[in-house]
Amino acid sequence: MLVSIYRYNPETDLKPVMKDIEIDLPEGKDLMVLDVLELAKQKDSSVAYRRSCREGVCGSDGMNINGTNGLACITPISQVVKPGKKLVLRPLPGLPVIRDLVVDLSIFYKQFEKVKPFLINDTTPPAIERLQSPEDRAKLDGLYECILCACCSTNCPSFWWNPDKFIGPAGLLQAYRFLADTRDTADAERLADLDDPFSVFRCRGIMNCVAVCPKGLNPTRAIGHIRSMLIQHGT
Amino acid sequence: MVTNASNLGRSGLFDWLMQRFSAVILGAYALCIIGSFVVNPDMNHQEWKAVFESNVMRIFSLIALLALCVHAWVGMWTISTDYLTSLQLGERATFFRLLFQAGCALIICIYLIWGIQIFWGS
Repeated sequence: MLVSIYRYNPETDLKPVMKDIEIDLPEGKDLMVLDVLELAKQKDSSVAYRRSCREGVCGSDGMNINGTNGLACITPISQVVKPGKKLVLRPLPGLPVIRDLVVDLSIFYKQFEKVKPFLINDTTPPAIERLQSPEDRAKLDGLYECILCACCSTNCPSFWWNPDKFIGPAGLLQAYRFLADTRDTADAERLADLDDPFSVFRCRGIMNCVAVCPKGLNPTRAIGHIRSMLIQHGT
Repeated sequence: MVTNASNLGRSGLFDWLMQRFSAVILGAYALCIIGSFVVNPDMNHQEWKAVFESNVMRIFSLIALLALCVHAWVGMWTISTDYLTSLQLGERATFFRLLFQAGCALIICIYLIWGIQIFWGS
């Protein structure tokens, strides 16, 4: 199989190039993209990429695989490459490249930080813990599972255009995770911070985030809930 | 919160709601115009003029014109802040964005005044 990998070192290269590496795949096995990348690294050890858990939990190996963002470790090659075609690997789009498939996620984390992704509750804490009913806890399903791999935000055109102003689907999913949490008492402050023309309202409902989320989450729905809360509080 | 001085209402929610309200008004106005053609397909210029000279239609036309202006400003402002940014144009982005926004504001004002003259003029 032919693997085409984006190669770029900003310190030494004038521009990025795609480098093809021929890989011998074992017969009768459907490897994950990360496995193929590991085989490619055996042929060219200078290829740079992030990886850690290799089971879709750490979110390190988010990359653009044949035009679609995904986690290399849980994406089977049969799902992204047609027989006889080559596997094309590029870094997550819209972010500065540090080297090859490694991107600088600083702005992504800055947007995440903006939504104050932690529980705010100024009331006196009970002796053991703040209890929550099973129904209230269920409201957090589909929100807390985000692993911050950045596949969604870097596949969002609004985030490409305004990465410094639009919080992006990953950050907004987390924003709603705390807005929906009945133990959190800072709804008014959180909503006031989001009521500007960029933070939430740059979402155009394109739903690329939903299409690529490796965990099957739905940031567009969470953004819709935030809009509804803003309408309830602001009109 | 990201502050901005040139959007319609200083609030993302306000702009978002106004864009949707104005779209509903423009949709209703379009249906009204299309409906008048369907009801009276052989309408001549005098009859067409008489429709727009009624007070109800004058008020509706003015509301639709204002809705068009609001809708256009929110849309064009959004386009300018999506595409005319420092990521695309570098340091000159602010100049070109403000120039584009000023041009849009001027055209919208001209259309508004011209429209009022047409609908409410003698």
